Amino acid sequence: MLRRTLIASTAAAAALGRLRPARAADTPGVTATEIKIGNTVPYSGPASAYGAIGQGLVAFFKKVNDEGGIAGRKVNFISLDDGYAPPRTVEQTKRLVEQDEVAFILNGLGTPCQSAVQRYMNQKKVPQLFVSSGADKWANPKQFPWTIGFNPSYRTESQIYAKYVLANKPDGKIGVLYQNDDFGKDYLAGLKEGLGDKYDRMVVKTASYEVTDPTIDSQAAALQGSGADVLVTAATPKFAAQMIRKVADLNWHPMHLLSNVSVSTASVITPAGPERAVGVMSAAYVKDNADPQWKDDPGMNEWRAFMAKYMPSGDLNDSNLPYAYAVGVTAMQALKQCNGDFSRENVMKQATSITSLQPPTLLPGCVIATSETNWHPIAHMQMMKWNGTRWELFGNVIEGT
Amino acid sequence: MPELLHQLLSGVASGGIYASVALALVMIYQATHVVNFAQGEMAMFSTYIALTLIQAGLPYWAAFALTVLVSFVIGSVIQRLLLKPMAEAPVLASVGVFIGLLLVFNSLAGWFWTYTLKPFPSPFDGPPLLGGFVTRHDLGSTVVTLVVLLLIWAFFRFTKLGLGMRAAAYNPVSSRLMGIRVDAMLALGWGLAAAIGAVAGMMVAPVVFLDPNMMASVLLYAFAGALLGGIDNPAGAVIGGFAIGVIENLGGAYLVGNELKLTLALVIIVLVLTVRPSGLFGRTVVSRV
Amino acid sequence: MRWLIGLIVVLAAAGLAFGASDYRLFQLTTVIVYAIAILGLALVTGFTGQISLGHGAFYALGAYVTAVMMSLWDLPYWSTLPVSALLCAALGFLVGLPALRLGGLYLALTTFGLAVAVPQLLKHKLLEPWTGGVQGLVVMKPDPPEGIPLSADQWLYLFTLVVGAVMFALADNLVHGRIGRAMRAVRDHSLAAEATGIDVALFKTRSFAVSAMFTGVAGSLGAIAVGFVGPDSFTVLLSITLFVGLVVGGLTSVPGALVGAAFITFLPNAAEQVSKAAPGAIYGAILIAVLFLLPSGVAGGVTSLWRRLQPQRGRT
Repeated sequence: MLRRTLIASTAAAAALGRLRPARAADTPGVTATEIKIGNTVPYSGPASAYGAIGQGLVAFFKKVNDEGGIAGRKVNFISLDDGYAPPRTVEQTKRLVEQDEVAFILNGLGTPCQSAVQRYMNQKKVPQLFVSSGADKWANPKQFPWTIGFNPSYRTESQIYAKYVLANKPDGKIGVLYQNDDFGKDYLAGLKEGLGDKYDRMVVKTASYEVTDPTIDSQAAALQGSGADVLVTAATPKFAAQMIRKVADLNWHPMHLLSNVSVSTASVITPAGPERAVGVMSAAYVKDNADPQWKDDPGMNEWRAFMAKYMPSGDLNDSNLPYAYAVGVTAMQALKQCNGDFSRENVMKQATSITSLQPPTLLPGCVIATSETNWHPIAHMQMMKWNGTRWELFGNVIEGT
Repeated sequence: MPELLHQLLSGVASGGIYASVALALVMIYQATHVVNFAQGEMAMFSTYIALTLIQAGLPYWAAFALTVLVSFVIGSVIQRLLLKPMAEAPVLASVGVFIGLLLVFNSLAGWFWTYTLKPFPSPFDGPPLLGGFVTRHDLGSTVVTLVVLLLIWAFFRFTKLGLGMRAAAYNPVSSRLMGIRVDAMLALGWGLAAAIGAVAGMMVAPVVFLDPNMMASVLLYAFAGALLGGIDNPAGAVIGGFAIGVIENLGGAYLVGNELKLTLALVIIVLVLTVRPSGLFGRTVVSRV
Repeated sequence: MRWLIGLIVVLAAAGLAFGASDYRLFQLTTVIVYAIAILGLALVTGFTGQISLGHGAFYALGAYVTAVMMSLWDLPYWSTLPVSALLCAALGFLVGLPALRLGGLYLALTTFGLAVAVPQLLKHKLLEPWTGGVQGLVVMKPDPPEGIPLSADQWLYLFTLVVGAVMFALADNLVHGRIGRAMRAVRDHSLAAEATGIDVALFKTRSFAVSAMFTGVAGSLGAIAVGFVGPDSFTVLLSITLFVGLVVGGLTSVPGALVGAAFITFLPNAAEQVSKAAPGAIYGAILIAVLFLLPSGVAGGVTSLWRRLQPQRGRT
């Protein structure tokens, strides 16, 4: 009799325990009415162009809240400035995790910045979700199970270019302009991997530049002088535009492969001169607003309506904005999959189990997909060539390794 | 064309950019004996004003003239409102104010006009020359720089106003005793420096494209050029600017590689100043004990 | 009297370790680190009159020495401080040598050039095996010694506080003694100073060395606190920020360094609260306002206020 009562009361207590609302300690950043998400981007300093991504995400979650939020809760999206300085990123991230007690950090920007907080986030077991960086290091579930990237990696992209060159100009002489940081060096690494033992024979000249350089004329002269007939430009918009213009001015017509970060029609091709950029090739995964082929595209129209309502002063031709929208859509998918359980473990679990999501602002075929064995959310890109008025996609959507 | 010539020509072209900004730095130094660290950002801001005017429909040279005028006013106003009351303050406090101005102008430009790269028109359009390494704009802007240089030199050498300005900067107390209105001179000096900066900005922007951080990279090399040539000598600063451009290009391409270009600039500055502390063409300052 | 005030401040600061959150402790640790760095800058710029806009270089050297010793050679964190101090002093002395020939503006712009060149140097492939190149180095946060019931953040804060107190005491001793008077003499009238027997050249280079040592030790502590060093952590903006801290705190004020450090640590966040779109403009505007109202820094403002509050001495 006593034993039955004991068992019954234990069972009752256990049942009650399960019905008990989750304590704040179990789901930090989550209450019955809100879920707190943190983010760090450079709103000041030399990389402040990327601040637009933070602004885009803030606007996105305003839209989410207007449409009812998620699982009955509003999203409190806190985006802080780190000035692209790793010590500041550490400070702001600690603030978000320890003072604001966010559930997770979304789309933190910058390879050095997010590298500085990677160990901290994993020690504290806070999801470092969808890092905004093309470095390869974010797909390392064994060592850093709380960190996952988002952007297709630069190495994957340059491997695609390497394969293209091998297939279309196997005896080409390659010259590379690269930014002297992790971004540029990743391109070199990817080319090495893609070309294998042909690298030494094919790459005749590499020229680096610093973000603090005013022009790349000297590098252009050196690259042309090396006799290269294939040019890989791993450069950010300002330098890519200068390079495209210089190459045309020099009457040099190499096979020109351009990094994806510099494909914006408005901020790279237009300043360089659309006629000068004819023949330049790149790979893409985000739709370009200035590209006429997306004029009536339902996905982009959805995004444009969103911009008109929530970010009316935003520059529609700033490629950071459709990118931010795609990040937001992906985050919402992960949150929807959480089914109301927004504990950090579950958020991480759902973020790494997204089956084939096609955000409206990404190219058709460039889907978001994650699984236990695949921690590269975007692994697809499609090559394209500038034809004088727009980017013409060609070939198939390629899946990177 | 052999690559060496290419590098040389590119160096001269870049040097032209540095020279034009160096002129603005020399101007402010000659008028006030301090170097305004915010000069580059003010020039960038002026360039955005010019772009706004051009996009509003004004023809290029009208926008150019109006921008120069507006910049002159902005420069004078800053001197009057901000720096004149701080005349008794330690010099380093003024430097701190310049840093503050730098941040303000940079941040406001990014806020008003966003950080997207924008093309800026050049009045010297046309197909490139000399195998593509010299554009018409490079030549045209060099001419503009030399014209500005000539005007500055003539102003300081031949006009009473110029003489008054130099006196006011060198010895405000004695100048006041001589009847020179020192405050007006300083405001004028700032206005002129801002105006020259605006010209430099409009010459630089077509080459490097316009964005709020456009001048940050040019400024260091412009400083280096001005130091090299002598901060108190406009012609020296211009020569210094061109020299830096050539040395950087050749050094980066052949000597130390691009990964050490900045160190090279630093080493050159140190070497030159160790041998000639006032720069190559600067006046040696003799101070009485 | 000064010592008593200093002791009270240190004890009060130590007390903060037991109430503040980890995040606040991190911020406070940062303030102490910057205060030491600014103190170094004050020694060479404020007191000896040699303008340096490149002190970020010494900070970076200190930080990397610590990072390399800890992450490559697994040496304990406290052992890195003396090494860093020595190496930075040596670099400071080397920088001080050409600085002898340069005055005022030229020195300022040359040191500015040094600050700009530093990130590129750190990325150079010859140094890559040590510096980690563009990827930087991760620095493990030290644990408190066995038996001490403090969290790692608390321990690090207290450690930094003790080192800071020692450095401040050292600086205070320097500036209030014979050497401090010599510094001011060199700054205000070096020819006369020479005439009174001060070896101005040796003095100037030595002051650069001591100054670099201070800022280098700060860099080491900073590296341990942040847990990461990379070329992007030491751009020219760092040198400019330290300079801003100096002028805001007071050019010749030892306690002013603490005020300046608090300014540069907390103001960016405050500016961000005001404007997300243009935080730099707010920061710049506040900086201008502070210097406009208090051209001799906060310390100068406090001093003149104190003087004004003193009763007037009677005149006969």
